[in-house]
Amino acid sequence: MTGPTEVLDCLGQRCPLPVIALARRLPELPVGAVLRVLADDPAAAVDIPAWCRMRGQEFVGRVSPTSYDVRRER
Amino acid sequence: MTVTGAYFDAATAAPLHPVARQALLAALEDGWADPNRLYTQARRARQLLDAARAVTADILGVRPDELSFTASGTAAAHAAVLGGLAGRHRAGRTFVHSAIEHSAVLHAAQRHVAAGGAAASVPVDRLGRLDPDAWAAAVAAPGVGLAALISASHEVGTVQPVAAAAEACAAAGVPLYVDAAQSVGRTPVPEGWSLLSASAHKWGGPPGVGVLVVRKGTRWESPYPADERESGRTPGVLDLPAVVAAAAALRAVTADAAAEATRLRALVDRVRTTVAATVPDVEVVGHPTDRLPHLVTFSCLYVDGEALLHALDRRGFAVSSGSSCTASTLRPSHVLEAMGVLSHGNVRVSLHRDTTEAEVDRFLAELPQVVADLRAEAGAAGL
Repeated sequence: MTGPTEVLDCLGQRCPLPVIALARRLPELPVGAVLRVLADDPAAAVDIPAWCRMRGQEFVGRVSPTSYDVRRER
Repeated sequence: MTVTGAYFDAATAAPLHPVARQALLAALEDGWADPNRLYTQARRARQLLDAARAVTADILGVRPDELSFTASGTAAAHAAVLGGLAGRHRAGRTFVHSAIEHSAVLHAAQRHVAAGGAAASVPVDRLGRLDPDAWAAAVAAPGVGLAALISASHEVGTVQPVAAAAEACAAAGVPLYVDAAQSVGRTPVPEGWSLLSASAHKWGGPPGVGVLVVRKGTRWESPYPADERESGRTPGVLDLPAVVAAAAALRAVTADAAAEATRLRALVDRVRTTVAATVPDVEVVGHPTDRLPHLVTFSCLYVDGEALLHALDRRGFAVSSGSSCTASTLRPSHVLEAMGVLSHGNVRVSLHRDTTEAEVDRFLAELPQVVADLRAEAGAAGL
């Protein structure tokens, strides 16, 4: 698997800011692109996968304690 | 003090029932003595305590000598977990519990682990319901001392399969502790448990009264220094007027429970369907039907939970939230986390006997704009 298309640095941001940043940026990337979100708010571990489910985007996985990969599906 | 505005946080503390207020004032007059002494005033206090215990035990379907009052629901939960484990320490030192127990139970579990014991958490599904197969496997594992299952989630309202969980425990020879704080006074608790706890201020009694039931034949050993009161299960003198008031409130709410559950369930259903229809990007969480009658939870995408609570408070709505920004720990609710549902922008609405249809309708009318304003402020409108 190749690395992420782009990295979104949300370190130090509290909920729901990382999810807002993700929602703003992902649609600007081409379908199939992977956005890596860096976030150290513990809520991100719950809210990024939940956002993907609600929005029909693919949650690829948590690749480190503070980074989450999301693929644009549509 | 009269509560103004719409109070929607009965799952934290229900307003004092008028019957409890009357009983409290009466018991302050002649229930102040120590019931363990041997003079007239003490005998009067003893009569009040015995009557309160008899009423409460009857409603819970247990024997009076199985029921002890405690200083709070939290104290009762701690005593159930630590005492239940201590009584079974030769049989096993593992504490099995659902992932969605109340923090009082989880904190007792942490204490048990810190003292050299073990704990195993059993997952729930997206609707907040216990995984029955994982539960059966966990309680059947070697070395389990006690298992704990909340009767229904205090955060999302999903009723737990207590009867099935109790069967699995019985088959494995493991006692089951049920935290029934959100159910007692509202819905019946299934049979099959060995230990149970409840909290009076959840049913309209005063704060500072908990209930601990230890069924006959259950091994239970006090985690506290020795004290003879309440069958040796509660250290210290009880707040007897509050206990009397709690029992009076329980009797009153139990008499109305079926009708009240029907009324509140209709309001909760209205909240669930209306919020989902009128607030964009909202996740209404918990089981749609197998749920507590008075409690509903939803999460609003892109909204800060603390800001939402304050905005609702300004409009006269008191609600609670499982969002991390509203917790001192800065962690999201472990219940929402275990369910894998959105944790930010979370609101729990819990209703009670004074809740009116008009209050709920005003909330439903104002909520969409409150959420829209907060999203606009956060620059998240239209995402």
